[in-house]
Amino acid sequence: MKKMLKIASIPLAALVLAACSSSPSSADYDKIAEQVTKSSFQAKGQVGLDRLQQDDANRLCSAADVAGQPLDEKTAQAIEAANLKTIQWPTDGKFLGDWKNGEKLAQSGRGLTWSDKAGSDNGGNCYNCHQITKEEISFGTIGPSLYHYAKLRGVTDPNSPAAKAVVEYTWGKLWNARAYSACSQMPRVGHNAILDEAGIKDVMALLLDPASPANK
Amino acid sequence: MKKPMVQRQVLAAAVLLAAMGAAQAQDATAEGIAKYREMLQDGNPAELFEMKGEELWKQKRGPKNATLEKCDLGKGPGVIKGAFVELPRYFADTGRVQDLETRLITCMETLQGFKSEDLYKAAANYGKGESANLVAVTTYVATASKGMDFALPQANEKEKTMYEVGKRLFFARGGAHDFACSTCHGVDGQRIRLQDLPNLTKNPGDGVGFAAWPAYRVSNSEMWTMQKRLNDCYRQQRFPEPKFGSDATIALAVYMGVNSKGAESIVPSIKR
Repeated sequence: MKKMLKIASIPLAALVLAACSSSPSSADYDKIAEQVTKSSFQAKGQVGLDRLQQDDANRLCSAADVAGQPLDEKTAQAIEAANLKTIQWPTDGKFLGDWKNGEKLAQSGRGLTWSDKAGSDNGGNCYNCHQITKEEISFGTIGPSLYHYAKLRGVTDPNSPAAKAVVEYTWGKLWNARAYSACSQMPRVGHNAILDEAGIKDVMALLLDPASPANK
Repeated sequence: MKKPMVQRQVLAAAVLLAAMGAAQAQDATAEGIAKYREMLQDGNPAELFEMKGEELWKQKRGPKNATLEKCDLGKGPGVIKGAFVELPRYFADTGRVQDLETRLITCMETLQGFKSEDLYKAAANYGKGESANLVAVTTYVATASKGMDFALPQANEKEKTMYEVGKRLFFARGGAHDFACSTCHGVDGQRIRLQDLPNLTKNPGDGVGFAAWPAYRVSNSEMWTMQKRLNDCYRQQRFPEPKFGSDATIALAVYMGVNSKGAESIVPSIKR
């Protein structure tokens, strides 16, 4: 903490100059980037400067991306274990809601920007990155296709004991994707309160309900 | 005069797309957009901004009642051809790495006598008042480099530092959705919905990514500079707002600009 404060009090120019004798190291650039981040952003609308704070998962995965190297296995496992602990399971034991509302949530990319009203409904952003149904042709490709999600995983009755593992994994993945893949690009939908429990149930139904167009 | 024509052509493109089958429509989207841009080439409303910018460049304004014609954008006083494709770069007189927009503000202060703090404040209110003037001059100066290849200098230590800082910002995950610039722009060949996403960690090609801005946006009838483009990216990333002309915005422009070395600028381009 002491070290952090000291860094924050040195202006950018001084940091650059101090490193001038030889070429700055990667760690020097990290410090300057931290300083630039602190001085460059301002709160707006519902979005505060706290959004810039990184937890271990974001800090370590960002650094790995800068280095162009994947995390070592031990670090990746530690991130996954910590994120697995955050998953909250459905309070009433029911995993699936209404796929029709799930489709609405999957379509919506709204919420939590500085131009969205605080407290307005958030979308799930699903179609921005995933194919889900045959009907919606405007889908992104950042994430894998989820068309025939249940079908391809052999789920015919999501309430059956045979489906339990897939159903629980899907819930966990939606709640906190980093529990299963340390540096996944997928938003932590439940963990970061993008959707609430009822919303996640509805998206679960879109993916796993045999009646959902995702499985037709 | 030009707006109705633009809208007609957008409609025509939309009808064309709707008439195609699903899979076909996806394959044809990029092609369709390229075709539609071609159709618009003679009627890009960006030209209006360029014309206004040229007038402002040559107009005596400000407390000193002077023009911008002696503004040094990195290639000597008054040289605008080729200046844009080498920006952002380091300027010894300010001791800063500056992009076109912040450099123009420096000139408006030194040559015309405007107060830079007033201009920064105005620029934050995008497209209105003095910001509209800055957007126009930016479009004019950038367009003087149309068809030239990006070649940002990296000889100065501060330019190298800005590249390294920009790289770190590009990969920095945060906000409510854990998004970084790299979430959408880190690899080849991905889309968000039907929108192609350029890979900005390398040269994504002529007139793509960094080399496509400033651009006229048909969807909101606005001329967007790189400062505005970055501002809206961060909004969608669910980050707080980057201040106009802040080091974060300059660093990201240096990172993308250096990566785009050799890419042809198609400024002023046109976007959906």
